[in-house]
Amino acid sequence: MIRNEECIVLSNQEIAHNIFELTLKGELVQQMNEPGQFVHLKVSDSVDPLLRRPISIAKIDQTNNMFTMIFRAEGTGTKLLGQKKVGDVVDVLGPLGNGFPVEEAKAGSTALLVGGGIGVPPLYELSLRLKEKGVNVIHVLGFATKDAVFYEEKFAELGETYIVTVDGTLGEKGFVTDVISAQNLSFETLYTCGPTPMLRALEAAYPEKNVYLSLEERMGCGIGACFACVCRTQEDPTGYTYKKVCTDGPVFKGGEVLI
Amino acid sequence: MSQLAVNLPGLQLKNPIMPASGCFGFGREYSQFYDLSTLGSIMIKATTVEPRFGNPTPRVAETTAGMLNAIGLQNPGLKKVINEELAWLDQFDVPIIANVAGSLEEDYIEVAREISKVSNVHALELNISCPNVKTGGIAFGTIPEVAKELTKKVKEVSSVPVYVKLSPNVSNIVEMAKAVEAGGADGLTMINTLIGMRLDLKTGKPVLANNTGGLSGPAIKPVAIRMIYEVSQHVNIPIIGMGGVQSAEDVIEFFYAGASAVAVGTANFVDPLVCPKIIEQLPVLLNELGFDHISECTGRSWKKNEKLAYHRA
Repeated sequence: MIRNEECIVLSNQEIAHNIFELTLKGELVQQMNEPGQFVHLKVSDSVDPLLRRPISIAKIDQTNNMFTMIFRAEGTGTKLLGQKKVGDVVDVLGPLGNGFPVEEAKAGSTALLVGGGIGVPPLYELSLRLKEKGVNVIHVLGFATKDAVFYEEKFAELGETYIVTVDGTLGEKGFVTDVISAQNLSFETLYTCGPTPMLRALEAAYPEKNVYLSLEERMGCGIGACFACVCRTQEDPTGYTYKKVCTDGPVFKGGEVLI
Repeated sequence: MSQLAVNLPGLQLKNPIMPASGCFGFGREYSQFYDLSTLGSIMIKATTVEPRFGNPTPRVAETTAGMLNAIGLQNPGLKKVINEELAWLDQFDVPIIANVAGSLEEDYIEVAREISKVSNVHALELNISCPNVKTGGIAFGTIPEVAKELTKKVKEVSSVPVYVKLSPNVSNIVEMAKAVEAGGADGLTMINTLIGMRLDLKTGKPVLANNTGGLSGPAIKPVAIRMIYEVSQHVNIPIIGMGGVQSAEDVIEFFYAGASAVAVGTANFVDPLVCPKIIEQLPVLLNELGFDHISECTGRSWKKNEKLAYHRA
């Protein structure tokens, strides 16, 4: 169930260049049932910026009613969010959308988690849950450059982890897809979140695998009413059929929507 | 609640607050947050004869105190709107205002004829002002004579009163309002969005796939207030005002300008509970301001005798 709650900032710190880790406390954590969902945050009390900001959930702690997000402070809204201090209040709408299906990976099987940049965060809670279930997890995490890398050690604690940077300043040089083929990684299920070209490449490379992709799109309401984040389906690429990224997604099965 | 009850052609409203068309879908999403019967009315998403997919994404772009949208009238088409959406809305005690759109005159006529027969549709809102579709829409909303003719034809087939939604993207809004009044409009709704544009800092290209979009939100409120102020002094039909409404204070300002009811648009995206919150705050604000009934506020900005309250329910 979606809740609207004023959550309290427990911590907010810059963990990489312009990358913030924000932890909030609130009752709505009890509604967070799967990894890969997102929340819609009001970053200011004023009318500028006007709209909420959709931010994915990186870690859920239901025992303590805490959840963590990792975001890049890039535009006006996320910069304001980066300035939130411990004890500040943030208006949160959520949890929203459908996350990654953990049940699709069987205990004892291998899941490959591929993240690109600010698409990496939701994979963390996913990895925790898969690991807990007895699924072998492999992470391939792509970043632009060394300064943008975060959570390398946290992911490494859960399973084999490959860091890839476009400029080669940390880990392998190139793109996530290069590493997957170079390392000859074998897996049954693929979960991914990141830039659209990356998702497209992965979907095309593994048509025979069980693939789940988390999409990103500009949103208005985040609850399905405004029709801003609509995408087409692969079955009906030119017709009237559509899926809303906010409520039907953001996670879709590979082959479902046109990306 | 009688302090808020308003009677308009076709509409006996328990309060003058309603979500604006395109900002509320067909209500399903918001029914997760509150009982839709709380609302005075609901202006449902624009309906066309055939289903429409709408424009490519990105469809929205934020601007200072506002947003641009270019959704492109995405909707499931007349048949589905009647059989699925309006049928679903029938469980609520709330009169519906159906927003009617199209490309050709015949499209408007067909949608108006059919949708006005549905029992919970109490009025039509003729959408001659959507800035985001290539044909129809705004073309009908910028030439007074064309708007008048279309209004007349829609009135002939409609089983319920017809409100015409005016575009602010005209040089003379009063002329447009008078033209549709002469065409037989029972009321006006105003304003639709203002055409705007935003460019990306890195690429230098428009952010919206449609290049231009309709500007809404608090940024446009002064334009709406000015236009309602001008139009309400020159027509004898009621106005449902809209454009950047976020609070009970905003609602009162629209009434002062000359509105008899108010629609809330973009604010629904920011706060899904904004409409019930406004409805709850209105009586408190009216008492503070010393009004017995909200209709006493209509046209206060230009009325000579403020005691007149001819929209009183």
